[in-house]
Amino acid sequence: MSTIPRDILGAIGGVPKPPSEVVVQATDVNKWFGRLHVLRGISMTVKRQEVVVVIGASGSGKTTFIRCINHLEKIQSGRIFVNGHLIGYREVNGKLVEDRESNIARQRQEIGMVFQRFNLFPHKTALENIIEAPVHVRKIPVAEATETAKALLARVGLAAKADVYPAQLSGGQQQRVAIARALAMKPALMLFDEPTSALDPEMIGEVLEVMKELAREGMTMIVVTHEMGFAREVADRVVMMDEGQIIEEGTPEHFFTNPQQERTKSFLSKIL
Amino acid sequence: MLVGALAVVLLAGCASGEGSYQYHWPYFFNSIFHPDDQILYGLWLTLSISIVSQLIGVVLGVFGALGKMAKFLPFRLLANFYIWFFRGTPLLVQITFFFFGLSVAKIYTWPPIDLFGLHIEGEIQAGIFALGVNEGAYMSEIVRAGIISIDPGQLEAAKSLGMTYAQAMWRIILPQAARVIVPPLGNEFNNMLKTTSLLVIISVPELYTIFSRKQGQYFAPFEFFLAAAVWYLLLTTLWSIVQAWIERRLGKGAAGASANEPGLASRLLGYRWRTSGTGVR
Ligand SMILES: Nc1ncnc2c1ncn2[C@@H]1O[C@H](COP(=O)(O)OP(=O)(O)O)[C@@H](O)[C@H]1O
Ligand SMILES: [Mg+2]
Repeated sequence: MSTIPRDILGAIGGVPKPPSEVVVQATDVNKWFGRLHVLRGISMTVKRQEVVVVIGASGSGKTTFIRCINHLEKIQSGRIFVNGHLIGYREVNGKLVEDRESNIARQRQEIGMVFQRFNLFPHKTALENIIEAPVHVRKIPVAEATETAKALLARVGLAAKADVYPAQLSGGQQQRVAIARALAMKPALMLFDEPTSALDPEMIGEVLEVMKELAREGMTMIVVTHEMGFAREVADRVVMMDEGQIIEEGTPEHFFTNPQQERTKSFLSKIL
Repeated sequence: MLVGALAVVLLAGCASGEGSYQYHWPYFFNSIFHPDDQILYGLWLTLSISIVSQLIGVVLGVFGALGKMAKFLPFRLLANFYIWFFRGTPLLVQITFFFFGLSVAKIYTWPPIDLFGLHIEGEIQAGIFALGVNEGAYMSEIVRAGIISIDPGQLEAAKSLGMTYAQAMWRIILPQAARVIVPPLGNEFNNMLKTTSLLVIISVPELYTIFSRKQGQYFAPFEFFLAAAVWYLLLTTLWSIVQAWIERRLGKGAAGASANEPGLASRLLGYRWRTSGTGVR
């Protein structure tokens, strides 16, 4: 760990990215909701351009874990580094002290997140959703941000929907706008929390297509999903979580052909 | 009310005899159609005091709401105390306490101030202060209800894009909460227009004070108070038109909602002219 450069601010924004190959380094992360021990010593390393798929039964802590990576949830012990920067905390005499809000906000600029329920801003058009953070957080001129946003919309196949409000888009279209919105911040890492599980079956494909393309272009991604077809095509690694722990880890092929744990086998038999 | 009053007048007219009240209708009609400078000034004061007090109330309401929801305990305590105090005591007591209480105790004597070329007397300042602070307590609850009606996912999405809590509130949450806040806010302002009449107690020459003085001067309470009622009705009716327009503008963006929102006519007359089509999909 000591080789990872530490920025005094603890922030990534504005600081050139270290050449490190490791984007996410989580070590022994523990998290409680009250008395419920939700994450029990999770460790995970994600290298640049790697795509990691996280699977596991409902309630196993997948959502909580990826929310900890951009500090939407606090952790009680362990460390999460993204691009070498400790997320959400400063270390004072070996103890974690929550970082200043402005630093946490700056760290989140580098981490894109796509939610199960899209969470587009309903009072803004697709285009306005996408330029919102570049303009008001990164302070990029509107004209420049708009140009980028239009390119992103074209990339997710929604060039014609720039001026449409979210409520007038289908679920699949909304999720693609949400992906474009996250990409507009030029993140170093994209987190996806079951991005297709709120979608009607006929819309799942269009969202997965966008994600596959993103993966092929070299985006570093952690994807919570049960779409094993997606995993097989683009995942470098699949991680199986159970009751707050990682119980099995391997290539997609490993999970299709040779899962070791009983829990993994029974889980896969339900989703495949 | 107007119709009722007129009915009473007609009945009274039939039964008019020795010792019955002598109506002076010119007092009434002149107050409406040829208002003198006093009435116009009273009207201006009622309107301007209402607007400024309501604006103060909205600002305090946002802070009160955020304070009530703050993680930091002292903020929560402060906000709760503020709301508890101002909702738990009569506005009339607040007005008299702030004006007479503070000035007699020499805590603050409300000296006149000149602002934007306007000379503002102490009683007007005290009145605006009392009305604004009181309104803020009620607006706190309204704003809070508006904020908590917004899906928490909105705040999380904003945060995940690198916004601070303040940025997310200002740019994402409050604009959406406004849709929920505006209808009750409109009712609050309707109330505010009428509640300013309480300022008669500290001699602010607003609409009610003016008419109250006039009726005493001419001993014509029927004509002048009826005229006052007409002026207030005019103000509140004009406001309901403005309110309907604002609500329609806020409706944009939420597909489906705007098409189904009641139009101006239905708001004013209480029913719908026609059943509007379903929302755009
Ligand atoms: N905000 C919360 N407060 C309390 N318990 C929670 C909260 N969020 C999640 N949990 C609990 O934590 C556990 C893990 O939840 P979650 O991370 O959502 O699992 P998954 O995404 O794998 O289905 C569950 O038992 C869930 O009920
Ligand atoms: Mg989940």
